[in-house]
Amino acid sequence: MRARLLAPVLLLGFGFAKLAPESLLTRVRQSANLHTAPVQISLRQNLSQMGFLAALSGFRAVVADLLWIQAHTAWENTDWGRMKLLLDTVTALQPRAVVFWDGAAWHMAWNASVSALENPAQPRLALRVKAQREFFRLGEDFLLRGIQNNPGRQELYNRLGMLYRDKFEDHARASDAFAACAALPNAPSYARRFAAYELSRVPGREAEAYQTLKKLFLEGEKNWLPTLFNRIRFLEEKLNVRPDERLRIPEGR
Amino acid sequence: MPTSTPLDPSVPVRHRWFSPARLLAIASNTLLELVRQKVFYFLLLFALLSIGSSLLVVQFTFQQQFQVLKDVSLGAMSIFSWLLAVLATAQLLPRDLEDRTLYTILAKPVPRFEYLLGKLGGVLLLLALSLALMSALFAGVLAWREQTQLALIQAATPPEDLEAAVQALRASTFTPSLGLAILTIFLRAAICASLTLLISSFATSSIFTVIVSVIAYIIGHIQPVARDYWLHSLPAGQGVSPLVQVFLGFVALFFPDFQLFNLVDEAAAGNTIPFPLFAQTSALGLGYAMVYTFLAYLFFSQKEL
Repeated sequence: MRARLLAPVLLLGFGFAKLAPESLLTRVRQSANLHTAPVQISLRQNLSQMGFLAALSGFRAVVADLLWIQAHTAWENTDWGRMKLLLDTVTALQPRAVVFWDGAAWHMAWNASVSALENPAQPRLALRVKAQREFFRLGEDFLLRGIQNNPGRQELYNRLGMLYRDKFEDHARASDAFAACAALPNAPSYARRFAAYELSRVPGREAEAYQTLKKLFLEGEKNWLPTLFNRIRFLEEKLNVRPDERLRIPEGR
Repeated sequence: MPTSTPLDPSVPVRHRWFSPARLLAIASNTLLELVRQKVFYFLLLFALLSIGSSLLVVQFTFQQQFQVLKDVSLGAMSIFSWLLAVLATAQLLPRDLEDRTLYTILAKPVPRFEYLLGKLGGVLLLLALSLALMSALFAGVLAWREQTQLALIQAATPPEDLEAAVQALRASTFTPSLGLAILTIFLRAAICASLTLLISSFATSSIFTVIVSVIAYIIGHIQPVARDYWLHSLPAGQGVSPLVQVFLGFVALFFPDFQLFNLVDEAAAGNTIPFPLFAQTSALGLGYAMVYTFLAYLFFSQKEL
């Protein structure tokens, strides 16, 4: 009898005692950006009942994987609408998994956009181009949301730079994205060069770009690649750099 | 003058209130009993899941392949360790009562808390052993897939990009955070085991124990989602009713927030888990396990046998 009275009191006492450490732990996780976003109630409409329960019960990663495989099947069937819905759900379930954001953006901006442009069911080119641009924007949206959830990961900035460079042909934003990528840990060594190359293509920023390319050139042979030399030569011509002030590019490069 | 040895029956041996040797004996016997129930057959299923998931997604990029492999394997570890913790603990006391082992043990000078700790220790040993075996299997499959991908990358990548490609591959496979994630799986299973022991100490059947444990596990995972929804996601103008606030407070006080022990998703995504965070999570988990075990002892000490 004594235990039946004492146990709830002790459990209640422990309940109060644990509130402070638990909220401290939540804050620590938030500051380390490790606080996984809670499963949104709105996800229920995109998941089966069991899937939703599994996601709520701590198995969201497995549910996300299953949906990712379904999205892959939708891609094979070029069912872009269903694929977008599935990719939204996958990234909502696993917002900290960079590969899903990256893969989702790639599918939208590279695969679906090409499919839209070559859509035989749409005879009007203007509408096909419009649809293509919409898929570029969907890809961009995935990357920007991915960056918001994973600000410390270079992969998404790298992909965003490629998207702006290859799809939007917006060299200023591409340069900014590659520069942001280069500033993060584990960034590929080409990110700094790519940022400078893209900057050299932005009208009005040639002088700034030339200084950046010059700095890369002076860092040594590790950066001496054909594109670097081509961009330097291009800017020297455009900026009318005096021949004696031009960089001495090795013969035959 | 004759001298007496410790084994001399004429010399009364003072009974110690706590004996690690007795605890170890009960724990090892519990482990043996559980192992005899052929619980390790689930490893076959785990191997099937692990290898199957890695083969199912060979058409994906290697980053996606490793993400799926890690998610499925770590998810399976979580499920199996949780099931083992709940099912193995739920049957400890009823089984000992049924086959009268409990009376034989407690008729000897074995304190009840020592008996309970020993039983829980046996389950924890089983969990540790199972997780170690699953981790070894998982590491084997991961290493195998890594070598396969490495061979493909070496064959298809230009020499100037090879170093970066290999670095990206390595970053997608083994990271120190994976080890910490597996330890948190053990921690979560240990909390579930001690919670099940607490329920089992006053429950009248093992079915009741299992059901209540499963419900407590689900509530523990859902409560942060429900709290977030009610407190932050309701449309403007819709205040939280006092009844809901009391309910949320009740749940937060009486149930563990299991989402705090979920570091697996982060590790699988390739993010680094800071060691201080892991240490704080472990301390909290240890606190839960100790309190639940103590409460189980309170009930068990009063139990009519």
